[in-house]
Amino acid sequence: MTISQGQGSTSGAPAGMRVREITYAEAIVEALRAEMRLDPRVFVMGEDVGAFGGIFGATKGLLQEFGPERVRDTPISEAALIGAGVGAALTGMRPMVEIQFVDFTACAMDQIVNQAAKIRFMLGGKANVPLVIRTPYGTGLKLASQHSQSLEAWFVHTPGLLVAMPSTPADAKGLLVTALRDPNPVIFLEHKLLYPTRGPVPEEQYTIPFGSADVKRPGKDVTIVATGLMVSKALAAAETLAAEGIEAEVVDPRTLVPLDKATIIGSVKKTGRLVVVHEAVKRGGFGGEIAGIIAEEAFDYLDAPIKRVAGKNVPIAFNEVLERKAVPDVEDIATAARSLVG
Amino acid sequence: MAPVKKKQATRRKADAPARGGSGAGNEKGEMLDRTAMLTMMIRIRAFEMKLAELVRNLVIKGTAHPYVGQEAVATGVCAALRPDDYITSTHRGHGHALAKGADMNRMMAELLGRQTGYCKGKGGSMHIADLELGMLGCNGIVGGGMGITVGAALSVKLRGTDQVSVGFFGDGAANTGITHEAMNLAAAWRLPAIFVCENNQYALSMPIAKAVAMPDIAARAAGYGMPGEVVDGNDVMAVWAATRRAVERARRGEGPTLLECKTYRWLQHSLRVKGPDRPAEEEAAWRAKCPIARLRRQLVQEKLLDDAGFAAIEAAAAKEVEDAVAFALASPEPPLEEIELDVYAGGFIE
Repeated sequence: MTISQGQGSTSGAPAGMRVREITYAEAIVEALRAEMRLDPRVFVMGEDVGAFGGIFGATKGLLQEFGPERVRDTPISEAALIGAGVGAALTGMRPMVEIQFVDFTACAMDQIVNQAAKIRFMLGGKANVPLVIRTPYGTGLKLASQHSQSLEAWFVHTPGLLVAMPSTPADAKGLLVTALRDPNPVIFLEHKLLYPTRGPVPEEQYTIPFGSADVKRPGKDVTIVATGLMVSKALAAAETLAAEGIEAEVVDPRTLVPLDKATIIGSVKKTGRLVVVHEAVKRGGFGGEIAGIIAEEAFDYLDAPIKRVAGKNVPIAFNEVLERKAVPDVEDIATAARSLVG
Repeated sequence: MAPVKKKQATRRKADAPARGGSGAGNEKGEMLDRTAMLTMMIRIRAFEMKLAELVRNLVIKGTAHPYVGQEAVATGVCAALRPDDYITSTHRGHGHALAKGADMNRMMAELLGRQTGYCKGKGGSMHIADLELGMLGCNGIVGGGMGITVGAALSVKLRGTDQVSVGFFGDGAANTGITHEAMNLAAAWRLPAIFVCENNQYALSMPIAKAVAMPDIAARAAGYGMPGEVVDGNDVMAVWAATRRAVERARRGEGPTLLECKTYRWLQHSLRVKGPDRPAEEEAAWRAKCPIARLRRQLVQEKLLDDAGFAAIEAAAAKEVEDAVAFALASPEPPLEEIELDVYAGGFIE
């Protein structure tokens, strides 16, 4: 792909295609299946991705079509999996590695940060690492501190990686196709509560360029930039706000690296108010990056301080209520937006 | 890359002598050019001894990890490989790169941080690579190349070629987690990988005897279900022969092998750091086992080489090194815009 920025689209699924409702997990399977049919270099490996179909069903049916050479169940060896992905990518393949929970990327961090991300630069541009790492993140399944994190900021902070966080089935499919065709290592973050959610998805294969934010709901009073699962919560908050006469514009960056700054800045210039929402802990989170960009590049357009609505600076507790209260909910977002407009 | 094809055209006739700097034999070893192996070891040593001087004089900034004393391992292993086979290397990787056919000028330029270097001066000593030579990279992280070794071997299997993938690692890397994961994965999937442990007795200051309870790293192979072999790492012929067995096994689809080449680093861990001190008698004993002197004696005994011939090889290597230094010194520094180039394929991302 050519990395493009500032192409903010306002559409859902691309126009003119046969669209039907499928789940987010099914959309991921569709993207993988079609790319594996098109490109013999694409293969899949990860823990339980074969007959079991992936712990969230995002590789379901691939083994039956492509066989065990291209859909590889692996031992529990996250570091070697990513390392093997890097080695295969350097030697002509296009691996997709599924890491069962984003928390487990900690076991493979050297391979992601020191190897995958830096090899191209360290080699003076003579090598590409076309590796896609798909991994579920986030709270909501009562899985406690080591299976519930949102770690996108770690990867955003590592030059050499691209970072995608699709919030809908249609975005998941289009962005994953782009990721699988991209010459760079891509961290592809899927919120685990999104897998069973349904949405309109074209049957055909299509791409959504990286660095292209999507305005999920237009509005004139306040901009809400939200990522992943928080997009749906921001949209729910916008409904609440609309009933009160506040028109919120919900912007989903879709990829954090590259980031479509132009669409975000353009929205803030229009509304004069910004709320940034993410599930990851607030401290050192990506919300600070967006707030910083607006402070540096669109400060004069702000009519109110920037608000960050984010996870508390704590590990995620097992207890259902404690888990839920550690991350933003719809009312938290609405309250923040209201405080800026009021 | 071209679309995946079964049994790519890269496959060579079994009896064709290998190309590349090391010189090598046919599948039966009959055409093995031991003079070429001696020459390679002398070139590596000349290069490394020059680095010691260049680091001391600050011509090379930063540091470099010298390979002096271990030349037989890189040379013997790479002599058993084809040009299209893969290697991954370590922080102590100049010998591996040269043995796989790397150009001394571009290596020296990289060590001096110049635009003409293998990585345009952005990698330095610890990141020299040349994918066209199958040299997938030195590595600044101990054990960092092990997963890449397995991935290249997996790629070979998926593409249906008969290349092999060699991962060099040290006794220090032997104790990292990814080394275990990588060996297990390669064995479980019967991949054409060869793990070459260069046991040079020390991980910086940590002697191997204090780091592990077992005397031989090679013994771990049994735990993974692959053959393991202890090799005299100062005997280039023994290294070559053991590697050839492993290569043949890998090409037959019988899976990986672990070779442990016992050897010794003559100089300090890093040229920028003095020491650590080691027992003088230990150092002397290992220097007496010099891999270059050993092969030289064999060739002289067999009347394949005389003193004048040896001197000529040394002189040629010295000249090659001096030429490389001159090339590097005459090369430009990378322009400032290189800071932001090569981070991403497709362009810089703000």
